[in-house]
Amino acid sequence: MSKIDAQAKLETERDAALAALTDAVPYNRFIGVRFDRLGDELTARLPFSEPLVGNPFLPAIHGGVTGAFLEITALMQLAWDRAWVIMETGGEAADHILDGQFPPMPKTIDITIDYLRSGRPRETFARAKVQKSGRRVANLHVEAWQDTRERPIAMLRGNFLMPSDPES
Amino acid sequence: MSGDQPDDLRSINVREAPPDDPGEIMTGLPHAREIGMRLHHSKNGQALLSVGYDARLVGDPASGVLHGGVVTALLDTACGSAVMSMPHKLKAVATLDLRIDYMRPATTGETVFASAECYRMTRSIGFARAVAYHQDPDDPIASAAGAFMIDRPKDKPEGSGS
Repeated sequence: MSKIDAQAKLETERDAALAALTDAVPYNRFIGVRFDRLGDELTARLPFSEPLVGNPFLPAIHGGVTGAFLEITALMQLAWDRAWVIMETGGEAADHILDGQFPPMPKTIDITIDYLRSGRPRETFARAKVQKSGRRVANLHVEAWQDTRERPIAMLRGNFLMPSDPES
Repeated sequence: MSGDQPDDLRSINVREAPPDDPGEIMTGLPHAREIGMRLHHSKNGQALLSVGYDARLVGDPASGVLHGGVVTALLDTACGSAVMSMPHKLKAVATLDLRIDYMRPATTGETVFASAECYRMTRSIGFARAVAYHQDPDDPIASAAGAFMIDRPKDKPEGSGS
C-alpha cells in the first residue's frame, strides 16, 4: 500500500471510529447529535427537529436539550481524545477501537450552564475546549452557537471524572 | 393567596397532576413529552416531576444508565415548574443558568424523580433548587440550583395573585 493509500485508510478508520463512538450512546442517537472532525478537532452538530422544542410559541429549543447537547459535546471530546491517543499508539488496544470497543465513558461530576440566547429552530453547533486534563479529573468549557460563532446561545463549564485505567 | 401551606414533597403520593396545574405548561412542552416526563405536583413554588426508564435515553451502553443530559433536562424543567407554580400567575420562565452536581449514577431500569422548590423571587428573577433521586431524596442522584428569568403579568400589581 502506498503512503497516500495508507493515509486515506487511516482517515477512513478515524471517521468510522468517531461515528461508532457517537452511535454507541443511545441518547446521542435519540436527540440526533453528529460530530464533524477536522484532524483531532471535533465540532458537534445538532440538526433541528420538532421533538427538541421547548417553547412552541417562539419556537425555541428546550433548555434541557441545549444543556444535554453541551454535556454530550464535553463527554464525547474526552472519550474521543482518549480513543485518538490509543489509535495513534496502535497495537491491540487500537484494534479494539476499530472493532467498536471503546474505553469506559468519562462521568460528569458537575456542570454549570449559562443560557445566553434562545435556541432558534435551526441547526446548533458546539465545540469543547479541555482546560485541564488530569489523571482523574478533566475540566472543560463548551460553547454552543447557531448562525454566528461569535454569538453563543449557551455555554457550559464542567468537571468530569476520567475512568480509571484497568492496566494501572 | 389561599390558605394552603406548601406541601412536604416527600409526603405526596405520586400521581398525575390535574390539567390546570401551573407546572403542566412545562411538562406539556414537546421535548418534555418526547422523553416521557411526568408532572406529579406543582404548587406554591414546589414541584415533583419524573422520567421513567427508557432504553432510548441511555448514556452508557455498558451499564445501561440514563444519560446525564436526561437528568439535566428533568432538573431544568422541575426548577422551571417550581418557579411557574409560585402564586404570581407568571406568563413564562426562561433558564438563565443552571448548576448541576452529580452524586451517583442513576440505577438502570428505575424511574428518576425530581423535587424542586422556588425559594426566592425578585421582580425579574426566580431562584430555584432541585434534587433528583429514585426513592429517597436523601440519597440523591444529582442536585441543581438555578436562576430563572420570569415574565410577570403587566396588568396586575405585585402580590395580588390568587
